Order: sequence, then C-alpha cells, then structure tokens
Amino acid sequence: MSLTRAWGRTTGKRGPLLVSTLGAPGAPRQAAEEPLAVLEVHGLTKTYTVGRVGHQRTVQAMTSVDLTLAPGRVLGLVGESGSGKTTFVRTVAYLERPAAGEIRVLGRALPRHPSQRRLREHRAQVQMIFQDPYTSLDPLHTVRYSVARPLRSFDVVPRRALAGAVDDLLEQVGLVPPAEFLRRYPYQLSGGQRQRVGIARALAAQPALLLADEPTSMLDVSIRLSIMNLLLDLQRSRSLSMVFVTHDLAGASYMSDTIAIMYAGHLVEMGPASEVMGSPRHPYTQLLREAAPDPDKHFGASRRFDARGDPPDLTNLPSGCPFAPRCPHVRPECRAELPQWRAVSPSQKVRCALY
Amino acid sequence: MAAAAPATSTGPATASTPLLEIFGLTVGYGWEGRPMSTVVRGVDLSVGAGEVVGIAGESGCGKTTLALAATGLLDPPGQVLSGSVRFCGRDLLALSQRELRTVHLSEISMVFQASMNVLNPVMRIRDQFLDAMKAHGVEDRDGAVARAKEMFDLVKVPRRFFEAFPHQLSGGMRQRTVIALALVLRPQLLVLDEPTTALDVVVQRSILEMLDELRNELGFGVVFITHDLSLLVEIADRITIMYAGLAVEQAPARQLYEGPRHPYSQALMRAFPPLGGERRRLEGIAGQPPDLRQLPPGCSFQPRCPRAIAGTCEVVAPPLVRFEAEHWAVCHLYDRVDDHPNVTDQGLGEDHGEKGATVG
Repeated sequence: MSLTRAWGRTTGKRGPLLVSTLGAPGAPRQAAEEPLAVLEVHGLTKTYTVGRVGHQRTVQAMTSVDLTLAPGRVLGLVGESGSGKTTFVRTVAYLERPAAGEIRVLGRALPRHPSQRRLREHRAQVQMIFQDPYTSLDPLHTVRYSVARPLRSFDVVPRRALAGAVDDLLEQVGLVPPAEFLRRYPYQLSGGQRQRVGIARALAAQPALLLADEPTSMLDVSIRLSIMNLLLDLQRSRSLSMVFVTHDLAGASYMSDTIAIMYAGHLVEMGPASEVMGSPRHPYTQLLREAAPDPDKHFGASRRFDARGDPPDLTNLPSGCPFAPRCPHVRPECRAELPQWRAVSPSQKVRCALY
Repeated sequence: MAAAAPATSTGPATASTPLLEIFGLTVGYGWEGRPMSTVVRGVDLSVGAGEVVGIAGESGCGKTTLALAATGLLDPPGQVLSGSVRFCGRDLLALSQRELRTVHLSEISMVFQASMNVLNPVMRIRDQFLDAMKAHGVEDRDGAVARAKEMFDLVKVPRRFFEAFPHQLSGGMRQRTVIALALVLRPQLLVLDEPTTALDVVVQRSILEMLDELRNELGFGVVFITHDLSLLVEIADRITIMYAGLAVEQAPARQLYEGPRHPYSQALMRAFPPLGGERRRLEGIAGQPPDLRQLPPGCSFQPRCPRAIAGTCEVVAPPLVRFEAEHWAVCHLYDRVDDHPNVTDQGLGEDHGEKGATVG
C-alpha cells in the first residue's frame, strides 16, 4: 500500500496561513556564496482534530513556523509541554503530515504528497532521536538488528560490510566493546545505553540533519550530560546539523548555537544562544528564564515570581499574540493581530510588539 | 558513623528541638530467606520547624526509601533494620498502623512525584477533601468545606474547581490541589518527593513559590527530595547528598553550592549546565551506581571517584569529617583537612569553542 493512500486525505485541514517577514513560502534558495541550508521551513502548520463526532475541536498545534538551519549548526528548540516543539520535529521528519507549509532539506522541497520512494530519500537525510528510550526500541529485536536495519534499508553499506558498520556505530556511541551489546535486547540495557542505541540507529542512515526530541529528559541526572556530550561530539565530527528539542533552558544553551523559543505553536524569539539567554526579549522568554533554577542569581533573595495564568488552550487560541493573555506588557494591538518578527540585534529577533 | 545532629531530646518541637530526628536509619528490601539489599545505610537527618531540608542524589540512591521509612509508609518487602525515627519526640517506628494513620495528614503529610494521580478520578475534589478530614475527626461539614476552600485560596486554585473532578484540572492545578489536601489539616511536617519533576518549568516555579509562601505562613517543616540539585540549592536551608544509600555530605545550601567537599557532590553539582556565562564543556559522572547487594569494600563511590586514593579508598570505609558545625562529608580526602587547602578548586575541562550565529 502506498503511504499516500495509507495516510488518506483526512488530514487535509488547512490552518490559517500567516504572513511572514522571513521570506514568502517558496522563496528562492539562498545566494550561491552562502552554504545551502540543511533545513528550511516556511509557514509550517499542523492541526489535529480531537473529540468525538459532533463535538470535534481543532487543536492548533503549530502555526506558521519559519526556520532556517545552516550546515553543522545546532538549533535549540525550547518550549513547555504543548508548545508544539515535538510537533515541529515530527512534522519535519514527516512522521506527521503538515496542514500547510513547506519543508526543504538541502534545498530540496518535500512535496505535499511524497511518494514512498521520496519519503525514504527524505528519511535518509533526516533522522530522529526519540524522547523515551524505553519505548522507542523494539523490545523483540536485538541491538544488532535495530542498528543494522537502517544500514540495510538505506543501502548505506554493502551487505558484507554490515557487521563491521554496526560495530563501528556502536563504538562511536560509546557502547564498547560492541560484541558485548550486539546480542542484547533492550530490556538488558540501562536507559542511557538504550538512548545510545537510539543515537547509533539514527546515525546509521548517515543523515544530514538529526532531530533530537528531548533525548535526555527521561534519563538520570548523571547520564544526561554524557549523552549531551556524545551528541555534541558526533555532531561536530560529522558536521551534522541538529535540532535539539528541550524544555530545559540550561540544556539548550549548553547544546545550541541558536535558540528558538516556542509558545503555543508559534516561534516567538530566535537568536544566538548567548543573546537569547543573556538578554531575553520576548516576555515569554523572560518568564522561562525567570522560572529556571539559577542559584548564582537567586541565592537568599526571595524572588517574586508570577506565572500570570495557565498555559494556553490550543483549541481556543486568542487572536493576535498567543501570549497576550499572560503578558505583563500587553497592548491593545497585541490582541488584534500577531506581531511581525522584529530584529532586536543583527542576529536576534523577536515576535513582539514591544520592539 | 558519627551523628550529624545534636543530642537526642524528647518533648514537643521547639526552636531548639527538631521536628523530625532520624538516627542511623538502615532500611533493606528482601523477602524472608533471600539476600537483603540494604538501600539506606545509617542515615542521620534532622528537620526543624519551618526548615527546608533537601535530599539529593541519583536514581536508586535511597532518597525515596528514606522518606518512606521516615514517615512510616514503608511496605514489605521493605523493612527498617536499625535506627530510630523520632517525630516531635515520639518514636514513629513504634507506632501501630492505626496510630500512624492518625499521624499521617494531620501531623506529617507526603506529596509524591506523580501525586496528581493520587486523586480519585471518579470522586469530586470536594468529597475527597471531606473524606480525608472526616477520617481525621473533623465532624463539622460546613467548617470542613470552609477550611478546604481556604486551602484552595492559599494554593491559588480557583474555588470553582472545588466541585470539579480531577480530570478537569491541568497537571499543575492537580498538583496544587494535592498540596492543598496535604496541608488542610495543618501538619507540622511536609515530605515532598520530586513534587514538581513532571511539571513544566514555569508551573514548577510557581508551585515552589507558593510552597515557600505557605511555609512562611503556616510554619511547617519540609523535607524536599529531588535529583535536581540546582533547584534544591535555591530552595533548601540544608542539603543532604545521598549515594548508594549513604548520606555522604551534608551542608547548608549555600555552602554546598559554593564549596561541595565530597567528590560525588562535586560531580553532581557539575552535572547541571549553567544558565548563562561562557559555554564550556562539562563532564557527567562516569560509571554507574554500585549494585547495592554487592557493595565494594571501603568507599562506595570509590570505583567512580576521580580523586580516589589508591590503597585507602577501596579498603577502608571513609570517616565522617566535620568542616563546620553543619557541614560534614564522609570521605578519605579530608582525613587531615589542612593537607587539602584547595579541595574544591577543580578545573571544568576544556573550553567548548566559539559560539556563532548562523541560523535565522
């Protein structure tokens, strides 16, 4: 059965297409002297329909996201539960079909209804590392099988070189000696080891882009850092591009060159990690920054923290800026329409009417 | 091991006598006739009225077991092998199940990690509050309702949710409601085991702030268990670091943050990337916690310790060394403290390289 048929036409619901200053959808590729972006996303939108028949509501999971990621760079995508960050990576990996928008990998656009063959080409370039290492490996298959599978399906190495390639990958992710892990089943591995298998599996396809969806949030504190370091080492040695999804600002700034902040399915701020962390401009980024543990700053002083209300209801987003109901600096125009992107420095921009 | 707290005393908690005093508590899990694994080994801990005591460590270091044993909630196959737990001068371990039930909620309350799931999904929140209060002898129904609603105000959940079912509340609101339930009978001690781990940072912070306000207002003591040391140093007065069932270091939060002494505390402190500042490479803690059924001789942390002293650490159990009245560590490095003036001066490793902006 073709994938187009399998996925049917039920997801055709289009979300509102918002105007973007970042270049119109389908904008021409970058000038020749600039390196080709690994990932370009324009107006990416995803909606889900929930509820039983007659009581259906539309969840606006992601609204018109525009992003460009240069080769060899790490983008930290930060947001709370329900902010759409997982939806973003799953849509880019085409595990979900976008409601609207365009995905370009290495300059090549993915058609709205890709053939199975085109989809395989896409996934050879874009690989995902999942949040939960306890459920993302098939419990019935050995480590060898899980890692060899993408090597075979993407024709990465000739058949006779398969065993050597698997050993290689396991060594690269620190599962040494490989012989000790090849025959193990997921239940025989610790959480950190499983996540390493997940990383090896993603690398096996030799992707240009790695999408890491909160890869450390299920792991114990002592192993988080080693997994993050492993990802950074691999990213560097292979000049991979990576989207690192997290809710942890400190982790994002440790991993990323650029940080993008997401709120209620919208990107609200983007810039170099040091600038976004050092001088957050969007009121939501400031709220996140204020909420994160920061002993240097907060010792002894009792801070006044005000979350100003609850996380947004994605089935009933306000018109205008989604953060307006909680924003301490809200102005009438914020409720009228979504603010445009504004540059607050040569490299930092924010979607807020304050600037 | 030497005691961490001042000498035992009985009588109700005052400023000088702690609310909760734990001495040499040792807890194991195991069925009759099978080898017992000891998961808490001789831990001393004291909590004063209005004080926040933090317990931190990796998964499996015994934090939760310690909390369960210290509150009389430990179920078989867990059992207290030795040690004592005194609450307001009373021996908590000697109480019967019936007596414990009256102590729980009214004098000691617990909030656990997934505790938003402790609410009964098919009962209105109001009824769960009233049930709990009735079980503790609050007969006046109107008074109970008024008291519960007052708690809703304190934890900042709108009163209209009093009549709601748990699924109608968000995760953060459910956790607030559970805290309200835990505090409705005004206990003197609140034990929180990873109370905010499953919540988003903003929700987590607002709950912590709310807890702090409540503590100032109601004056209960808090035991706060978490693996998130960077969070704990902000909110706790004193912190105990646990490793493989042992308390390996205890210090006032600020001292621990500024100068952790035990190599494990130092490693744990470095395991959290800082929010700002220069980007530099950090190293996690190599290796894994030991199998509690086959502990290495000598120091339990020695196989993973970057500063282990050959010939000593793997042979002899380390001594408790006191640096200040409230700050001690169990480690061979400080047998003679004067020999190690720069004990916390550790390089943080190579620089992480230039950061650059490309995306956008």
